[in-house]
Amino acid sequence: MSILKEALESGKFGVTAEMAPPKGYDFSEQMEAAALLNGKVHGVNVTDMQSASLKASSLGLCIKLKEAGIEPILQMTGRDRNRMAIMGDILSAAAFGIDTMLALTGDHPVVGDCGESKPVYDLDSVGILKMLTKMEETNCDCGGNEIAGGAPKFYKGASVTPVYDPIELQINKLRQKVENGAMYIQTQGIFDLDVFKRFLEKVDAAGIKTHIMAGIIPLKAAGMARYMNENVPGIAVPQDMIDKLAAAAAEGKEKGVKGLPMQLGIEMAAEMIARIQDEKLCDGVHIMAIGAEKNVPTILEKAGVKI
Amino acid sequence: MIITRKKPIEELMGLVGNAKTVAIIGCGSCATACHTGGQPEIDELTKTLEAAGKQVVATTIADYCCMNLGVKGKMKPLVAAKPDCVICMSCGDGVQCVAKNAPGIPTYPANNTMFLGEAARFGVWEEACHFCGDCVLGQTGGICPITQCAKSLVNGPCGGQKNGKCEVDCNNDCAWIKIYKRLQEIGQPEKLAETREDKGYKNFTYPRTISLKGDKK
Repeated sequence: MSILKEALESGKFGVTAEMAPPKGYDFSEQMEAAALLNGKVHGVNVTDMQSASLKASSLGLCIKLKEAGIEPILQMTGRDRNRMAIMGDILSAAAFGIDTMLALTGDHPVVGDCGESKPVYDLDSVGILKMLTKMEETNCDCGGNEIAGGAPKFYKGASVTPVYDPIELQINKLRQKVENGAMYIQTQGIFDLDVFKRFLEKVDAAGIKTHIMAGIIPLKAAGMARYMNENVPGIAVPQDMIDKLAAAAAEGKEKGVKGLPMQLGIEMAAEMIARIQDEKLCDGVHIMAIGAEKNVPTILEKAGVKI
Repeated sequence: MIITRKKPIEELMGLVGNAKTVAIIGCGSCATACHTGGQPEIDELTKTLEAAGKQVVATTIADYCCMNLGVKGKMKPLVAAKPDCVICMSCGDGVQCVAKNAPGIPTYPANNTMFLGEAARFGVWEEACHFCGDCVLGQTGGICPITQCAKSLVNGPCGGQKNGKCEVDCNNDCAWIKIYKRLQEIGQPEKLAETREDKGYKNFTYPRTISLKGDKK
């Protein structure tokens, strides 16, 4: 049974991390980071060519993680795969004992680094969830043909962007994701808990019942925050956070100490996670460290989160 | 209307190659409206070909290059002039219809066929329909998510819009925000809540033929 499912459904505070496969075939860096996460999280999302930037496939690193005893969460987008390819990958994943997945629509190829690639989008995130749910219910494939030995059961998740205008559109799509089989939801990175609370109230008001995991992005520098605000949809880092990071950089320069902004980013992420857990705002956190996965155990320790 | 754009002249001259005599057929409908296959464009191309030492032996304009019966009649004098090649200034459909009526004569396209769209204002055409074969406009407030959304999403937006603009091209408004506003405006907000059936593709294998006498079994 999915470890994440077990945690969330038994009312524990769910913790997941995230990592990207390399643009290459040497996974050792990812495996080293994963070893540090072992026993500290309920699962590790493996991204499916995030930002439409070509990487080794999600399934490959998921298998490696599984073999190393770390619970992978298979991210699956509709960008590069039609319904047959998605289902085929899901069956292969199940053969390796992978049982947790996250359905996404996927960033468009033109925003990535292989712009000539044909966008597929046979199914969107809702369509992927719907297809897999139907597969589980009927033990049949996407063409209605029987699956030998029955269909594998996955703990299926999806994402949501809490900072979105008009928010009704995100709430509406979230409802469709949940209705079509998403059992947990990881959010885009949040930086303002008041905004997040207002989003959760809207989810409640819409009568949507699911497990929500708040997306946490530990900031590394003021520049990173400004860049994300400019370029990443759904990200809104408040100005006072950016100012504090800039002040930490200035202080480090003055004292000749490196890494102060990153330290501060770790503190801020930990503080936010602690508040989310203490105030029982939602069911867990999803930490997207963007290459700094080795910091995740420290963040969890500082936040006082144990699984 | 089928929106076309002129091929670069170098590409067209490359297709014409060593041909000494050329016949030109324009199109009186979409390509005339797009300024890619009307009389002014035929005249301009004639001049260019003659400047390059070619002889333009016949020109004509079909009302619709995509209507076989009309094209058949228009092509008779062109074929009789025995050109080394025919240049068709229409969409790709018209070129194929013209080629069928030019036995033994190479037929070349003057245009690239871009999309099905509307003339938004003079000289500006906007893409509007992707021929998906299963129109959803009745559910989406008359705004096509298959065409207006860069991912052709049918169940609402992705998370990729920034300030209402599409992640793929920031000149374009997010289709689903437009649909949301339009559904509110026409008093049908409940239509947003419907999860649409996945569009299957089994019935869209091409090439297709539609006949008033019934589809071929």
